[in-house]
Amino acid sequence: MLRLPSFKYYAPASVEEAVDILGQSPETMMIVAGGTDVLPNMKRGQWKPKTLVGLRGIRELAVMMPGPGGSRIIGAGTTLSTLVGDELLQKNVRGLWQAAAQVATPHLRNMATIGGNLCLDTRCTYYDQSEEWRKAIGYCMKKDGSTCWVATSSKRCLAVSSTDTAPMLLALGAKVTLVSASGSRDVAVDDFYNNDGMSYLTKRADELLTSVSLPNLRGWTTSYWKLRRRGSFDFPVGAAAIALKLDGGVVEHARIALGAVASRPLLSEKASALLIGQKLTDEAIAAAAAAAYDIAKPMDNTDFELVWRKKMVKSLVTSALREARGDDMRAKRLSLARQIL
Amino acid sequence: MAGVIGRPRRRVDGRAKVTGQTKFADDIALPRMVYCRLLRSPHPHARIVRIDTSKADAFPGVLLTLTGSTFPIPYGVLPVSHDEHALCQDKVRHVGDPVAAVIARTESIADQAAKLIEVEYELLRTFGTPEESLLNPEPRIHEYGDDGNIHKAVAMQFGDVDAAIAKADHIFEDTFFFEGSTHLPLEQHATVALKDPDGKLVVYSSTQTPHYLHRALAKTLAMTAAHIRVIATPNGGGFGGKSDPFNHEIVVAKAAMMLDRPVKITLSREEVFYCHRGRHPVQMKFRAGVTKDGKITGLDLETLLDGGAYGSYGVASTFYTGALQTVTYEIPTYRFRGCRVFTNKPACGPKRGHGTPQARFGQEVQLDKIAETLKLDPAEMRLNIVAPPNSLTANFMKIGTIGLAECIRKVVARSDWKNKFRKLPYGRGVGIACSSYLSGAGLPINWNDLPHSGVQLKLDRSGGVTAFCGATEIGQGSDDVLAACVAEILGLETFDIRVVTGDTDLTPVDLGSYSSRVTLMMGNAAIQAAERARDLLAEAVAEKLSVPKEQLVFADGRVSHAEGAEKSCSFQEAVVFAEAKFGTIGTTGSYTPPKPPARYKGGGVGPTPTYSYSAAIVEVEVDPETGWLTVPNVWIGHDIGRALNPTLVRGQVEGGVYMGLGEALMEESAFRRLPAKLSNALVHKFPSILEYKSLTSLDMPNIFTDLIEDPDPAGPFGAKEVGQGPLLPIMPAVANAVYDAVGVRVDEIPVTPEKILKALTAKAAGKPARYGPDSFPSIPWPETLMVTPPWEGGDGRAANDPKRKKRVADAGTEVKAGITIAREAK
Repeated sequence: MLRLPSFKYYAPASVEEAVDILGQSPETMMIVAGGTDVLPNMKRGQWKPKTLVGLRGIRELAVMMPGPGGSRIIGAGTTLSTLVGDELLQKNVRGLWQAAAQVATPHLRNMATIGGNLCLDTRCTYYDQSEEWRKAIGYCMKKDGSTCWVATSSKRCLAVSSTDTAPMLLALGAKVTLVSASGSRDVAVDDFYNNDGMSYLTKRADELLTSVSLPNLRGWTTSYWKLRRRGSFDFPVGAAAIALKLDGGVVEHARIALGAVASRPLLSEKASALLIGQKLTDEAIAAAAAAAYDIAKPMDNTDFELVWRKKMVKSLVTSALREARGDDMRAKRLSLARQIL
Repeated sequence: MAGVIGRPRRRVDGRAKVTGQTKFADDIALPRMVYCRLLRSPHPHARIVRIDTSKADAFPGVLLTLTGSTFPIPYGVLPVSHDEHALCQDKVRHVGDPVAAVIARTESIADQAAKLIEVEYELLRTFGTPEESLLNPEPRIHEYGDDGNIHKAVAMQFGDVDAAIAKADHIFEDTFFFEGSTHLPLEQHATVALKDPDGKLVVYSSTQTPHYLHRALAKTLAMTAAHIRVIATPNGGGFGGKSDPFNHEIVVAKAAMMLDRPVKITLSREEVFYCHRGRHPVQMKFRAGVTKDGKITGLDLETLLDGGAYGSYGVASTFYTGALQTVTYEIPTYRFRGCRVFTNKPACGPKRGHGTPQARFGQEVQLDKIAETLKLDPAEMRLNIVAPPNSLTANFMKIGTIGLAECIRKVVARSDWKNKFRKLPYGRGVGIACSSYLSGAGLPINWNDLPHSGVQLKLDRSGGVTAFCGATEIGQGSDDVLAACVAEILGLETFDIRVVTGDTDLTPVDLGSYSSRVTLMMGNAAIQAAERARDLLAEAVAEKLSVPKEQLVFADGRVSHAEGAEKSCSFQEAVVFAEAKFGTIGTTGSYTPPKPPARYKGGGVGPTPTYSYSAAIVEVEVDPETGWLTVPNVWIGHDIGRALNPTLVRGQVEGGVYMGLGEALMEESAFRRLPAKLSNALVHKFPSILEYKSLTSLDMPNIFTDLIEDPDPAGPFGAKEVGQGPLLPIMPAVANAVYDAVGVRVDEIPVTPEKILKALTAKAAGKPARYGPDSFPSIPWPETLMVTPPWEGGDGRAANDPKRKKRVADAGTEVKAGITIAREAK
């Protein structure tokens, strides 16, 4: 079986201690929380950190609490299972609850954290392979090679953003807090990502993601729809995350984000703009879905054919908006998202 | 209490499994044990120029490195395909082919050291598709085979099929494709080998076929077979993926003998994909002549199998794509031509249904199209053409009992078919399909006159009964069947029987857990052994109790006079009486299938003591906007002959439905090539359990199972197989249901949402409402063997068989015509 390579392990008990360690030699270190992404990648030789900084001993990372002005702070170390079990979240921020509930399996959600899901490595069927397999294709741009086999003329890596919670948090207008030995900063989720499969995060290596803060979402309706082969498992290969503020049936604010169709979660400004001032009629929904479809750029490096995946973006956005409108979408969820939530 | 047969029971190995006490091969840990890793080829097709292991040899903790030079003797599961070496000799034939081995103190050391081995390769042209292999005879992947990169091409005809099709009311010609898939057992292959204290070789392995591994070890290591002991550990799933002898087994056996230390190897999931031997990708062309009332006048079938890099069971797989078309429905004339080519991919072989699911898919979908054209109900149409019992087919397959019609009636009634078929709203549909499978191959792989299964019983004064058999518990429940057959005859419970299985030193040979052969063959051998033991006990008890031997009844752990309970003794007392009278009590039983009537070349693939039958109705919901299909319900009827333990039988039926749905909906052994100008790569697209998609338990529909019980005289207590047959109708039933739901044909497995949507788009554009292959490649078929069907006086031989011509010339007389079924019945 695949074995982990040897590495040095630190188990800091506080954020302060963690960032001190990280500050020593950030380029040789990696942060591990639940380990559901880092450890398999290390077994496959995709990442070879000399040192792992484990976060499980840091209690302050696993808190959820109200923030100022009706906002809400979620510690980065909060497990996805904790989120899924949070009845308030399920009631008030349904889209985020839906996104968390559709990540992997219960076993993995018991370990995986929201911070980890936001930092999830981009995925690609040319990259998420053992060292031997990658050797057989002469490696790829993202690790040990120079060519992006997804599109050999591409200057950048086309690996896919595969986090479920990031597009939803993007639609919610959430922020993340990054702490380093030299201070801390708040970054909008939109600014947390690059559309580059290799340097997909704007986070510096010495920075630790400590929390996510949701704005005051009173009056907002949210929904997350995920495309994947099996309702029981699987990373997203397409996703729609929407957040709407309705006033008497008219859209006052709208944010529509897409997941797993680029190297970062994508905000569709045009789709969002098209809805503002509109009632959620079938026509308005179709126009927004078409605008979102235009910016989706799936490539041939995940499950399913890319043409079909792109087509499904329309169905995902349409379904999310219809769910927000109040339509009974349970049958469609089973058919399209493979799971009733 | 009634006997054990037919009673739903907890299986004998159930407690160990659910409490985690079963010892699988990877659970074995022995003192001084060391670990092996194989260095595998990164190239799909290349000559090995040079191997330098010096850096690995010098790595601390490394005990031994091995290369192909240690293993010059080839092996293979079929005698006609000894084309593998434990480590590659002069060339590699697929990514993952093993070229060197490292044995070290720990697995990590072995892994690190393997990466230090330097191998220089000279790249060769690669073959990624059967078409490439057909068109390009050079360079040859193997220096043997029928021609160029054609491994095997066969052609055979039974009656004047062209005339029969020409004069039919309708002619249907359809092409299909069935993608390859892999077994995906939860347990990865593992082997531990050691030199036992007296210097002999012992190999523990997760194998379905300890006997074939035993033979391969004796051959490749040039050792006396009797000095090798192979112990098949309980398999964590087999499905055909552990029925070849494997290179890693031979490597660790050799290493253990050289080092005199136990050597272990456990494959990674990726390596299991490289061992493979899974479902062949098959292209098919079906041409059928049909009367206006839906009777088949003739069937002409061509198949092309993508074999991968080695022979494995491939010659048999090729014949199997054409062997069983005739045993479900009446087909008076038949021609079958099949071809297997080598490609630079992991070798294909037997996966649950071995070679038959692909052509069964094509046949059952074509029947659906025929029924549609003729405006017949496809269930009724099938009922009208079900093959008769106790008959010989055009290709000389002997049918015994056939419960197919009852299977169809059951699923039709239970699913409310008549109110659903073509009556459900758009987007919902039902489809039906049927199938048949062997209860064990009628002929052995290594041609000989020896029994296919042997059972020994040991009884002693404690009252204990131990049953020994070479059969292998791979999760299917064979240990339970062995205990049940013995317990039933001796009037005991299965808990009273100790079973010892799958150990070539301790147990008589059973050919292995493949071909759905174990229940029938081991079961019959067990019954014979148990009856012989019962006779000895009865004789001794009759003497003691002064009653006629024939009037003794073995039940509830006692031996009693049938006329009254006052004259009886416990089973233990009976054994004591017998041991006193006869000495130590031990009996044997063995089973050899009847000689099949098919005598033409290739006729050895397909015969069986009795066929099982299945019919399934699948309900689907298709979203026409996305193409997504969901399966809410499956109804399945299976002709089991008799269910020895209905709990196990239902488990096997549901397991078959599960695996069939995985193939129908998503499983694909897909390969990737990179742009030829930049790379020679040809790799499995996703050799991982995450990205190779198969169903999980959460994705399963409701399954409504009906067991059809009509005991077959050939089976133990009337039982037939259940391990493979129920998988077969699922894939075509799904495709047929999709047509009922949205009116498009997906003539290809898997039936994915992309394909459905493409077919729907084609339909909307006024093009054929179909997704699937449009043509079948042109193949240089060999001379067709001409076999006269039994009803035209055929004797089961081919008129143009070269051997027959020689025999006729030698004898100076004509070979006697006539059906051989009478001779065989003796």
